[in-house]
Amino acid sequence: MAFDIYDFTSFNQTIDKALYDNLPPILAMLTEMVIIGVVFLLFYALVGLFLVYAERKVCAFIQNRVGPNRVGPYGIFQTFADFIKLLMKELIPINKADKILFNLAPFIVIIASFMAIAAIPFGKGLHAIDLNVGIFYVMAVSSLGVVGILLAGWSSNNKYSLIGAMRSGAQIVSYELSVGLSMVTMVILAGSMQLSEIVEAQRNGWFIFTGHVPAFIAFVIFLIASTAETNRGPFDLAEAESELTAGFHTEYSGIKFAFFFLAEYMNMFIVASIAATIFWGGWMPLHIPGWEGFNIVMDYIPPFFWYMGKTLVVIFLMMWFKWTFPRLRIDQLLKLEWKYLLPINLFNIILMALIVLMGWHF
Amino acid sequence: MTGNQIMFIIFSAIIIIFSILTVTSRRILRAATYLLFVLISTAGMYFMLNYEFLAAVQLTLYAGGIVVLIIFSILLTSHIEEKFETPALMKRVYAAIASIIGAILVCTTLLNYTFTPGTETAKDVNMNLIGNSLISWGEQGYALPFELISILLLAAMIAVIVVAKKVKTK
Repeated sequence: MAFDIYDFTSFNQTIDKALYDNLPPILAMLTEMVIIGVVFLLFYALVGLFLVYAERKVCAFIQNRVGPNRVGPYGIFQTFADFIKLLMKELIPINKADKILFNLAPFIVIIASFMAIAAIPFGKGLHAIDLNVGIFYVMAVSSLGVVGILLAGWSSNNKYSLIGAMRSGAQIVSYELSVGLSMVTMVILAGSMQLSEIVEAQRNGWFIFTGHVPAFIAFVIFLIASTAETNRGPFDLAEAESELTAGFHTEYSGIKFAFFFLAEYMNMFIVASIAATIFWGGWMPLHIPGWEGFNIVMDYIPPFFWYMGKTLVVIFLMMWFKWTFPRLRIDQLLKLEWKYLLPINLFNIILMALIVLMGWHF
Repeated sequence: MTGNQIMFIIFSAIIIIFSILTVTSRRILRAATYLLFVLISTAGMYFMLNYEFLAAVQLTLYAGGIVVLIIFSILLTSHIEEKFETPALMKRVYAAIASIIGAILVCTTLLNYTFTPGTETAKDVNMNLIGNSLISWGEQGYALPFELISILLLAAMIAVIVVAKKVKTK
């Protein structure tokens, strides 16, 4: 395969071997951990800043405005300026808050999203950890984020924060179910939970095409449920600004507020990359069986661009949702999950199992 | 010392310290948060043993499920300024004696037993193996317990709905 020129496995092994040859094992391991940590932190920060900019531009485009346009060409340095502003802002201490939990909460939210990003395959061999329960692991660690939101809401000692946290808790706990079940549908098709194997299984066609009807239903459900799970509009009841000022992060300021903000965007990035990985083939180039010339040309586009392109398309879809749909009421939100998405999902799993058993997929 | 040993020491220190803090803290939500740390470090232990499935289950069920449920019920019921009263001195003494005796018992049993390191290579527990043994009814199959637990859970869910349902007044 032509895209094997972009295989990073041997590159990683060379670095690994060089480190272990020259350093004692513990130091070599620590160096590797530090390198990976720094790379991921940089990636995390850059993607976060870019997504904030992208959201403002997309929002402006939808609302027929210009958006940020002063700092740098097309305003691309606007978010850097905002970030520096947030760093310099005062951290307001809350007198009657539970100080330990109040300061801990942003870290729990951000660590949960940081743990999830480690398992995502960016390209062949570009993978921090390739667990054999990959997709299950991502779901497990991203469910920890809600703890941070609940703690933030309660420890602020503010009624808006508390109501926001309660809403977000009810919402995330129920929508997690749909996210998980739509992932299970795709796991049935892939026959594996390991993310690298799921990508490899899409070599001859992405699952959204090969799994036809049930895969498409699962994709739609995943998109709805994961938008809700990341607390984004039209499901942003937890921070509904017209009713709750800012919901669970009302009392936060400065860099602690920035942590919540960044975690929200990174969670969006993570669910978008999971969607890209399990439905659109991750870093796998577009292959059409039979069109050999076309496939070879596609293989020369580096996998990282394929991955980023698909992820950005899904992110754009989620931003589109946010700025075009009105916010749901809490009872409508729960009704949508429990009365519509869950039964459809359960039926969809049976349909997918039937299709896989009968071999009706491509 | 190898990296594994260092990780083991870190995880066990976290587990011990936060377990003690969980039962001694006088603020209920802090206790729940400390419990969360204990459960996450236990998941870390499972990751160290390369048993990734159990680690992920530990994270989803205990850290993401049960702790969230606990925190949720605390949010509904208690106020931020509430603190537990410190229990009476005699109660604390009795509790300390009981836990020390328990710790001594466990330690002596563990230290007296000679553990022989196995020579078998570590088994790769992948998802296919777990899935197949959960629904097979032959040797090493868990179909019956699996179905029984499903029925139990279903009954519990229906019971919860019946209890929570508002009775319509005429």
